[in-house]
Amino acid sequence: MSETKLTAKALLNQMMTEHYQGAIAAKEKGQPVAWAASVSPQEIFEVFDIYLVYPENQGAAIGARRESQKLIEHAEGKGYSSDLCSYARVNFGYADIRHCEAENIPMPDLLICANNICTEIMKWYENLAKELKLPLIFFDCPYSLEMDQTENRVRYVADQFQDAIRQLEAFTGKPFDEEKFRKVQEISNENGRLWHSVIRLCQNKPSPLNGFDLFNYMATMVVNRGKEKGTELYKLMYDEFSAKIQSGQGPWKDREERFRVIWEGIACWPYLSDTFKTLKRYGINIVASSYFDGWGLTYEVGNLRSMAAAYDGLHLDRGIEFKVRQLVDWVRQYQCDGVIIHSNRSCKIMDFWNYEVQRQVEKITGKPVVIFDGDQTDPRAFSPAQFETRIQAFAETMEQYTTGS
Amino acid sequence: MYLGIDIGSSSSKAVILDARGKILAGEVINLGTGSKAGAEVVERALAAAGLRRDDVRYTVVTGYGRMKYAGADKQITEITCHGKGVVSLYPKARTVIDIGGQDAKCIRLDERGRVANFVMNDKCAAGTGRFLEVMARVLDCEIHALEELAERAKTTISISSTCTVFAESEVISQLSQGASREDVAYGAHKSIARRVVAMAERIGIMDQVVMTGGVSLNRGILRALREESGKRIYVPESPQTIGALGAAILARQNGSGSF
Repeated sequence: MSETKLTAKALLNQMMTEHYQGAIAAKEKGQPVAWAASVSPQEIFEVFDIYLVYPENQGAAIGARRESQKLIEHAEGKGYSSDLCSYARVNFGYADIRHCEAENIPMPDLLICANNICTEIMKWYENLAKELKLPLIFFDCPYSLEMDQTENRVRYVADQFQDAIRQLEAFTGKPFDEEKFRKVQEISNENGRLWHSVIRLCQNKPSPLNGFDLFNYMATMVVNRGKEKGTELYKLMYDEFSAKIQSGQGPWKDREERFRVIWEGIACWPYLSDTFKTLKRYGINIVASSYFDGWGLTYEVGNLRSMAAAYDGLHLDRGIEFKVRQLVDWVRQYQCDGVIIHSNRSCKIMDFWNYEVQRQVEKITGKPVVIFDGDQTDPRAFSPAQFETRIQAFAETMEQYTTGS
Repeated sequence: MYLGIDIGSSSSKAVILDARGKILAGEVINLGTGSKAGAEVVERALAAAGLRRDDVRYTVVTGYGRMKYAGADKQITEITCHGKGVVSLYPKARTVIDIGGQDAKCIRLDERGRVANFVMNDKCAAGTGRFLEVMARVLDCEIHALEELAERAKTTISISSTCTVFAESEVISQLSQGASREDVAYGAHKSIARRVVAMAERIGIMDQVVMTGGVSLNRGILRALREESGKRIYVPESPQTIGALGAAILARQNGSGSF
């Protein structure tokens, strides 16, 4: 019997199942497991055979499978404020109950946190370290208001990588394997490049995939950045989507792409289906998002400073000027008709810049920017009817710009 | 004939236009989505215009209840409809402020009368008609009596809570400390105005400013909005039916193919 080639979607599902089952198996056989912030320097930990799981990734899965409210309410019952990030509340709930139907992760032996995506996450991991009485390896990547990265900043982060290596040698009792490190860096860079080349396929008009596909595929980019099996998927995605472009296929089988937009911010996981259907109803396709972009890290292999610059240079760690320039460039490169901003109750940094980013991007590009209220995993902070009114009015506004009527 | 229906959260409106765009009828019922008011207001408008249902060539429905109304050819959002309605009466209008029962919105129109941009309140009820309803209850008066109270205010009391429930407690506490109902009523108007003006400033408040929606019938709000924005604010003769008027204009454009 000939072997049937998996589709990218089937491979994605298989890989995510393997990732979570692999974590539980690793724990059972005594391999150290770490809970890690989503853009931690995984390369270093791969070298020491530490199995990384990502509570943010699990939180998104729990949200999408509509189980987050139970864990959030449990955490609030324990005394955590509803003003905290909902990923953190889901995780605090999970750390206490230690089971959910949606997706289980083993309890950690080590905690890893990098604040290049968020400053609140420091307190989240500090709290876990105290509650679970576990060591925490922390990478401080301070928020930068400057447009360019300074040498001091890069050296500061690179030095912390060195320090983490020393801590891990003590933790595992194993010496650092430079050769293996180089190999993981090579894979990570290959994956980063492939991921970017997949994202860039959305510049085609119509885009061969809808943004919600990327919200799903992103899960593997979070967990498999340094793994060879990731490479297989991203190559497959590239080939599949390129073939769709060749045959003139757009994002949906039963609807044309009418408007191309940037989605700024995290998805509303508990309302993935509602938001997907609403956008599709008006032919609005997400072709770009800084959220997709965040995990495609590339740097010079064998150069620790270059790696530090990549981890320190994330858009979430940069000021408004950087953010605006990125969105303005994408509006042009991806031929966008407008921008949707998710005012995410959980995410302080994104909420901080929303209004000003909206004002500047509108002024520079002349494209409409709409803001809606929601939350990444707390289902209580989103109204489907209010979302629909804003999106429909946004579509009507883009229509006027397109047709001139 | 062309029919525009606006089913809001607290009232339902219908406007009928003839083939040349002349208004034949405009009706309002103070009951919103979830009631039979949508169907009823259409019947009233038809009766007022001396028409039958068959005479209507095209219908556009708007408002919070637009998705649930089955008898229309097309549903369009309040944003586009209010913009359209306002421009038909005020060709120079560039800013529309509409405060409804459930939401507040500011619309910026371009020089051709198209919606250039809009902002709406977040899910919080502050800055909406619902806030006034809550205040009227606390002050133990009908909602339309609030403005009369506010007109007799001697000082401005600041109600700073953005949350409507917090504001309610704040007002109760002000009253128990001896503040007059008149001053509190005016404070409530100022609170809405501050909130709406801050929202409108995000897209810029450009002349002419036109206010639509049921809340614009309240002179206390208008006064507070004028004070907060420093702008002259125009209010159409029948502000509640502007969304329905815009819907009817769009019905005529869609139904007759004249854009």
